Amino acid sequence: MTAQTAQQGDLVTVIGLEVHVQLETDTKIFCGCSTEPSDEPNDNVCPVCLGLPGALPVLNEGAVEAAVKIGKAIDADIPEETRFHRKNYYYPDLPKNFQITQYDEPICQDGTLEIAVEGERRTVAIERAHLEEDPGSLQHVGGGGGIDSAEYTLVDYNRAGTPLMEIVTAPDFRSPSEVRAFLAELEEVLEYLGVFDAERDGSLRIDANLSIIPEAEIDGDDTDEIGMDALEAANRTEVKNISSHKGAEKALAYEETRQKNAIQRGRAVEQETRHWDESRGITVSMRSKEEEKDYRYFEEADLPPLRVSGWKDEIAIPELPAARRERFQAEYGLSEEAASKLTSTKQVADFYEDVAGEFDPDLAATWVADNLLGELNYRDIEITEIEGRLEEIKRLVELVADDEITAKNARETVLRSMLDDGRMPDEVVKEDGLGKTGEDEVEQAVVEAIDENPDAVGDYENGDDGAINFLVGQVMQKTGGSADPGDVNQLLRRELEG
Amino acid sequence: MSDDAVSPEEVRHVADLARVDLDDDEVDRFTEQFADILEYFETLDEVPEVDRETDLTNVMRPDEERPSLESEAALGNAPETEDGYFKGPNVS
Repeated sequence: MTAQTAQQGDLVTVIGLEVHVQLETDTKIFCGCSTEPSDEPNDNVCPVCLGLPGALPVLNEGAVEAAVKIGKAIDADIPEETRFHRKNYYYPDLPKNFQITQYDEPICQDGTLEIAVEGERRTVAIERAHLEEDPGSLQHVGGGGGIDSAEYTLVDYNRAGTPLMEIVTAPDFRSPSEVRAFLAELEEVLEYLGVFDAERDGSLRIDANLSIIPEAEIDGDDTDEIGMDALEAANRTEVKNISSHKGAEKALAYEETRQKNAIQRGRAVEQETRHWDESRGITVSMRSKEEEKDYRYFEEADLPPLRVSGWKDEIAIPELPAARRERFQAEYGLSEEAASKLTSTKQVADFYEDVAGEFDPDLAATWVADNLLGELNYRDIEITEIEGRLEEIKRLVELVADDEITAKNARETVLRSMLDDGRMPDEVVKEDGLGKTGEDEVEQAVVEAIDENPDAVGDYENGDDGAINFLVGQVMQKTGGSADPGDVNQLLRRELEG
Repeated sequence: MSDDAVSPEEVRHVADLARVDLDDDEVDRFTEQFADILEYFETLDEVPEVDRETDLTNVMRPDEERPSLESEAALGNAPETEDGYFKGPNVS
């Protein structure tokens, strides 16, 4: 696309993604080394993942199961037969000088994922998802820390061989915010499947292709249909080194503006690879890399083909977030917002259903979505970190449901003390004297207040209605403030007039 | 097979992918040698086609941890190391 004079309003952004997801297995994809992050470099390595001569890869069944689960979740085809290839390139993050990956026969093909962007439903096509091994990690040392100026390179192969799923979408995104919504949904799905740990550093890495084409090339209002010729004609940039939803939105917004500015000024957009520099908030041009034919893909003869299409029926996957959101609204009468909050992770949703099964679903929603998640969020704690204490939280909801404690005390005193001081709910209620006073005790206090204050009683009987407030105050004092003032008022009137 | 089987440009390209720096004399020498090597492969045309004996599929292992190498052994063959890392030249 050269010297285009179109106005910005006539241009459309087209984005496609390659998302690399680390699969949460115990061991690497082709050897039995642990995938747990280690403090020591080259701690979880063996002849296979170091690429020593003669070492043979053996596929991890757990990684294949995870891939099949992902395939089911995105409604993809799992072909009868799928196989591995070697992708050759020369860089020290690959000790073998090739990466074992999948080429023309990936394990998942033609899937979809539905997302909601600003209240509107969109279906994103997923062209393929394939298994491969993660490379090792490099540190460029000296010379100011930049890659180009570094004096030498340190290599750690702990990460080498961690199973990765590369998920490739069609160019279906029209804005950086759609990309962000997709990544959030994808991450939720992967967490529900139990194949992904978002907390792990580098567990999600994104490459994005972005090009700007004239709006006239979009056929009709179905944004999925774009003229492929126009897409081919427009130069695209591949933005690498994105590692979060937020980062993706920022990097692509930057790149979108950069390309539109170039076009408006009549300059050509170079077809190139650019590196997202998170700290500076810009993309920078990277040296051009190999073309596809330079990777010299060929079949990995050390790994026999896989025939696992039947696994799709054998491996069960849990109810996915979108379905669960809808069910929560229908079954528990929740608002869309509450249902979204309560299905944000599987742990939260499971806990909500546990609580809602025993108590009022609305009360459960308030407690889990607002009170618990609110207090956890404030403390920057994940629900998974207090998994062992969820029974105690449930007990607290029970105390509120049984009217043994006011909602305000439960939230502001008991819950906070449980989280901050590790106390048990009943312990806080008892020691801090928060229990709502029993009816007998209130009635006793009412009788006492009447007996002890004949003057006020006389005033009331003579028509001074304000005198009742004095008596309410006396009862509240006797019950240590734990009685309900409205109830006390009624009890007093009944007693005085009865 | 004639010498045209491999061009000097192809040799330069392959050398580039392998990050090997060749001077002009070396390019000439490798162009000849590449051609010779490819010629040897033609011998394989004389081998009769045979089927593989077994059709292996689904060779997998359970997701169970096996002992890794001791750091000393892992780094033992490396010409240079630093603080448990393999050390190499700048690779921008």
